[in-house]
Amino acid sequence: MTASPIELPVTAADRRIARLAAAAVGLSLIEAAIPTPLPGVKPGLANIVTLLVLARYGWAAAAWVSGLRVVAGSILLGQFLAPGFFLALTGAVLSLAALALARHLPGRWFGPVSWSILAALAHIGGQLLLARAWLIPHDGVFLLAPLFAAAALVFGSINGLIAARLLQEHEETESAHA
Amino acid sequence: MAAELGRGARAWLALIRPGDWLLAGLGTVAVGFAFPHFWQGGLADRAIVRQDGRIFAQIDLKSRRRIEVAGPLGTTVIAVEPGRARVFSDPGPRQYCVRQGWLSRPGEIAICAPNRVSLQIAGRSRTYDSLAY
Repeated sequence: MTASPIELPVTAADRRIARLAAAAVGLSLIEAAIPTPLPGVKPGLANIVTLLVLARYGWAAAAWVSGLRVVAGSILLGQFLAPGFFLALTGAVLSLAALALARHLPGRWFGPVSWSILAALAHIGGQLLLARAWLIPHDGVFLLAPLFAAAALVFGSINGLIAARLLQEHEETESAHA
Repeated sequence: MAAELGRGARAWLALIRPGDWLLAGLGTVAVGFAFPHFWQGGLADRAIVRQDGRIFAQIDLKSRRRIEVAGPLGTTVIAVEPGRARVFSDPGPRQYCVRQGWLSRPGEIAICAPNRVSLQIAGRSRTYDSLAY
């Protein structure tokens, strides 16, 4: 046996993304254990990680963390390539699209809370459209839209607040060290 | 203790920027409107009166008026008020459509079968009177 000539260089940024994605997967797993009154209504705690990554390392890193979380989380939960996986994927893609726009909002007026609310609404909007187009081809699914939107608003605000708090604390420790 | 709680709440509130409040407020209003929009087939906006299956009149539910519809047994009187409508009187023997009272939600219908008159409330979007899977 000769040593394999293929070597993938791993950068510090790769390690950071892997670490953060692991944290997001952990939150997804914890959340999967929480019973919910309505399938699809859940806090989306892993999005706190996405928001932190977006604020500190930019959109591309956030997209990586979010994508890895969806794939790895679904494999761990036995949902990979099941309908739930595609719903999660659609939600993640639309959230990231919303975040790509939202983070260009003027920072003096709009913070992580706004990002989070917009991402949560985009997330649920995408999932409803996918469900309507593919899983339940009937307008009846839109009966759930107000409930989902209300949940997105509440959980989006809470997640955004937690992300804002964590970012603030991080800045404080950074400046204390400097 | 209370002061500490107040400080904690203020620390959280300080994280919310003006635009965040605006967005959350707009979102709340939109969700408030989404409930009637998605759950009641929109708000009721007109009454459709049919005679012998054909549309006899479509009345805006903002108005207040009374219309008379002639049928094979006699005259059915429909009363319309802002936001609701009812069959006021009917020559039919059992008076079911009269006793149904005021109709105010889209999709509701009162049928005076003997006199071949019906009164239906309609909203912006069509609703179903039953769903089957």
